Amino acid sequence: MQSEDDNTPDRATGADEAIRVEDLHKSFASLEVLKGVSLTARKGDVVAIIGGSGSGKSTFLRCVNFLEYPTAGRIFVAGEEIRMKPGGAPADRRQIERIRTRLGMVFQSFNLWSHRTLLENVIEVPVHVLGIPKADAIKRAETLLARVGLSEKASTYPAFLSGGQQQRAAIARALAIDPAVMLFDEPTSALDPELVGEVLSVIRDLAREGRTMLLVTHEMKFAREVASHVIYLHNGAIEEQGPPEVVFGAPNSERLKQFLKTVA
Amino acid sequence: MNTLVEALGLSHTVELLSLSPPGWGGNLLRGLAHSLEIAIGAYAFGLIIGLFGAYGKLNGGPVVRDLLGVYTTVVRAVPELVLILILYFVGTDLLNRVVTGFGYERVEISGVAAGIWVLGIVQGAYATEVLRGAILAVPVGQIEAARAYGMSPLLTMRRVTIPAMMSFAIPGLANLWLIATKDTALLAIVGFHELTLETKQAASSTRAYFTFFLAAGGLYLCVTLLSGVVFKRVERWARKGQRSLREAGS
Repeated sequence: MQSEDDNTPDRATGADEAIRVEDLHKSFASLEVLKGVSLTARKGDVVAIIGGSGSGKSTFLRCVNFLEYPTAGRIFVAGEEIRMKPGGAPADRRQIERIRTRLGMVFQSFNLWSHRTLLENVIEVPVHVLGIPKADAIKRAETLLARVGLSEKASTYPAFLSGGQQQRAAIARALAIDPAVMLFDEPTSALDPELVGEVLSVIRDLAREGRTMLLVTHEMKFAREVASHVIYLHNGAIEEQGPPEVVFGAPNSERLKQFLKTVA
Repeated sequence: MNTLVEALGLSHTVELLSLSPPGWGGNLLRGLAHSLEIAIGAYAFGLIIGLFGAYGKLNGGPVVRDLLGVYTTVVRAVPELVLILILYFVGTDLLNRVVTGFGYERVEISGVAAGIWVLGIVQGAYATEVLRGAILAVPVGQIEAARAYGMSPLLTMRRVTIPAMMSFAIPGLANLWLIATKDTALLAIVGFHELTLETKQAASSTRAYFTFFLAAGGLYLCVTLLSGVVFKRVERWARKGQRSLREAGS
């Protein structure tokens, strides 16, 4: 069931703001993984989040849709604030479930449902969560699978496909809910090198058509190419951020210079 | 046909097993029907207990987990025969105390209801463990994906966890079903007219022990063979979307 968002985005936050995160903190027991990260993406922005392993970039993304509960901070999706309990758990299960249907998550390890065909994977959320009539959902799913080049594989189960094909199907699954923001969690890190390109080209197309995206990635060249804004995380805090030309071309911070050298 | 039966000296056996009196075949089949009735009921009841038990063990609070731990440990530790005696007599006694406590007449508990209740509790303990293991075998990422796309816990269970765990659970559940069919024989001890008790009565009235117990064995075997066919189909359905070892090896 999806009612149109009851909270129209208010003027103060800007009508074209897709997602805003304010001062996000996350601790696992005594270990502080995120130390106050803020970010705003307007509609059509592609925000690339880069950083070394353990920098907190994946945790940050997983906190945005509450797969991990942030310890403190505020998150607004399309102007609506996610209500949190003091400890960070969502205060209203229905609200977080509704907001999650506005966030299309693409995982590092695809996470397609293995007992369903690609088509069934793509229509699952529209039909069973959003309540869209099955025939309409199938029509849309076929279009999306064609877009990612998987028309002939619609009735195949994920286990019989390559990693690149599975990830493209996972992107189709995310697009099926027409998300306000797409969240990519290292979408090419689990792929064989020769399969990375096909997935990146799908993401590149999405960027071109103006999809709003948060992209956690190790592909620096790609980030530089598609991102409108780049954030470099180090030890759970933003070390440097800015337009890609600056972050990659003329970094200020010593750490970022060092990082770019090691990954280049 | 008749001549062959006579030539083999089996005419007496055929007479004993014929479906209408004085033959005892009808009694045996009635006993089998009762056995299956109880086995199906107990199996279904056990699966429901098992599903809740598995979820409770995996997601419940410390108290729930401890209680379930006691349940599965005790039930699986004590011999079924002892459990049946305890649960049957304690169960009926407790029920009657409650009923008379509220000022009603004592009730006679039907053998079927008692059998389903008793065996269901036994089955539930094993099913809890089978299903718990199967749920644990579902890749976490698939459940995480369900959460990430706004599925409620109940919808996740119905659309993702249960169908995805089926392939891991079916072999264990098939075992449980066969055990359920055979455990019905233990209910003979509380005087329930299932296949084994019917067989015993037929055998002792006619003194043809070998004939009747062999016939009963044959009936149990038929149930097992038929179940095997059914479970093979169910397993093929549950494993849809998975590569088989054979394909992977080629």
